[in-house]
Amino acid sequence: MSEATEWRPGASLSRLKERARILQWIRAFFAAREVLEVETPTLSAAALTDPAIDSLSTDYLGPGHADGLPLYLHTSPEFPMKRLLAAGSGAIYQICKVFRQGESGRRHNPEFTLLEWYRPGFDHHRLMDEVEALVGDILGLAGRAERLSYRDAFLRYADVDPLAVSIGELRETAKRLGCGDFDAGEERDTWLNLILSHHIEPHLGREGLCFLTDYPASQAALARLNSTDHRVAERFELYYKGVELANGFHELGDAVELRRRFESELAERAQRGMATPPMDGRLLAALEAGLPDCAGVALGVDRLVMLALGAESLQDVIAFTLERS
Amino acid sequence: MANYSTNEFKRGLKLMLDGAPHSIVENELVKPGKGQAFNRVKVRNLKTGRVVERTFKSGESVEGADVMDTDMQYLYNDGEAWHFMHPETFEQLTADAAAIGDESKWLKEQDICVLTLWNGVPISVTPPNHVVLTVVETDPGVRGDTATGGTKPAHCDTGAVVQVPLFIDVGDLLKVDTRTGEYISRAKD
Repeated sequence: MSEATEWRPGASLSRLKERARILQWIRAFFAAREVLEVETPTLSAAALTDPAIDSLSTDYLGPGHADGLPLYLHTSPEFPMKRLLAAGSGAIYQICKVFRQGESGRRHNPEFTLLEWYRPGFDHHRLMDEVEALVGDILGLAGRAERLSYRDAFLRYADVDPLAVSIGELRETAKRLGCGDFDAGEERDTWLNLILSHHIEPHLGREGLCFLTDYPASQAALARLNSTDHRVAERFELYYKGVELANGFHELGDAVELRRRFESELAERAQRGMATPPMDGRLLAALEAGLPDCAGVALGVDRLVMLALGAESLQDVIAFTLERS
Repeated sequence: MANYSTNEFKRGLKLMLDGAPHSIVENELVKPGKGQAFNRVKVRNLKTGRVVERTFKSGESVEGADVMDTDMQYLYNDGEAWHFMHPETFEQLTADAAAIGDESKWLKEQDICVLTLWNGVPISVTPPNHVVLTVVETDPGVRGDTATGGTKPAHCDTGAVVQVPLFIDVGDLLKVDTRTGEYISRAKD
């Protein structure tokens, strides 16, 4: 391609109109439910510590910051939104651009549009009902969504119990299913992610929406652990036609536990020779002040539009992806 | 040979996998929202032509393969090996049956072919898209029949068998597409 063709949008104008209509639909959905639209900073002095998600960064130079203030482009608006919740905002949502280092492809663009919302007083089950109401309508789906536990998905499609199986058996399973093979020294979650992404995901949401629930505790991210079964976390993901659309938590509200998770992620980053960005002390302080019991979810708007319009690639629904930016 | 990180993966990049040179056909990022990213690639084994799928952890490095394509003129076959010559340096190379494979039937002396070399040794040959072959055996031509659309097999001087229109006779020159094996037209010389 050259500039003579690259100046044009990759998505057709009719698709961009459909995209705008879906965004209006989302805003109307939350207005009707009295969920407040908020905006939080794109640039943050702290960053996500998750070793699997890397932030882009920049420097601010100006009054008070003659030497430059390092800033991270947010990978999701989660932390400042939780600070609003702790400050008593009530139910809130946000539609914003977020940024992820190194993520580019048919289903990825390094900047993409996220819809994120939080519901004080909801647990993850009730939040899944609301996700289903919104997404089911946009996709024009009639039937009820399937709710499948992570464990049952592995038992059904890979014939192993992900909570009990040994790492050696996981490696054998990955080979048996044709997912690929790595060194024996890999971590358990790498094998689980490999089997999930290569073999199980294509089965999820074939007929309608599918919520994958009760993730292993090692993949809790910022979800609380199940109070009766500590092997699993109160985390869910939404799939449709094999595409991951949303990730939600019954939110962890315990500041001590959150600090412990941040520190363990930073230790893992250091061990792998990755950057170790500052953890978000203001979020920890907000949790110490008290985060209301709540559930929250982040939904990829570009992918939702792609599926709603029957498109094949994000390039078909984003005006200018990285290649044309 | 240099190593390539998954961030450098793109169509056509040559990698060493399982001791054989491969070329990337397709590269896709597979990344759960939370969790390890993978590069799922389709690669073509340059010795066998087989396309297989492989998955790498994103950030992993893979050894590159010293593979290059070079234009060479086909000279002759001595019964065991096929001899080629570089049209400018006159350097000569021989390719064995494993490298030539099924393509031998398209090789006409003097034609310029693309030889794929791995560590300087030919591992495959790509004949020109169009070659001119001489018919050595076919059913007698049906004179004037240029309209019925019927075809018959014609055996050519290189060993290729091509479906041709009924009017073609022994001694005719055929222009053939080597990618599809299809007859295109009669050739003058």
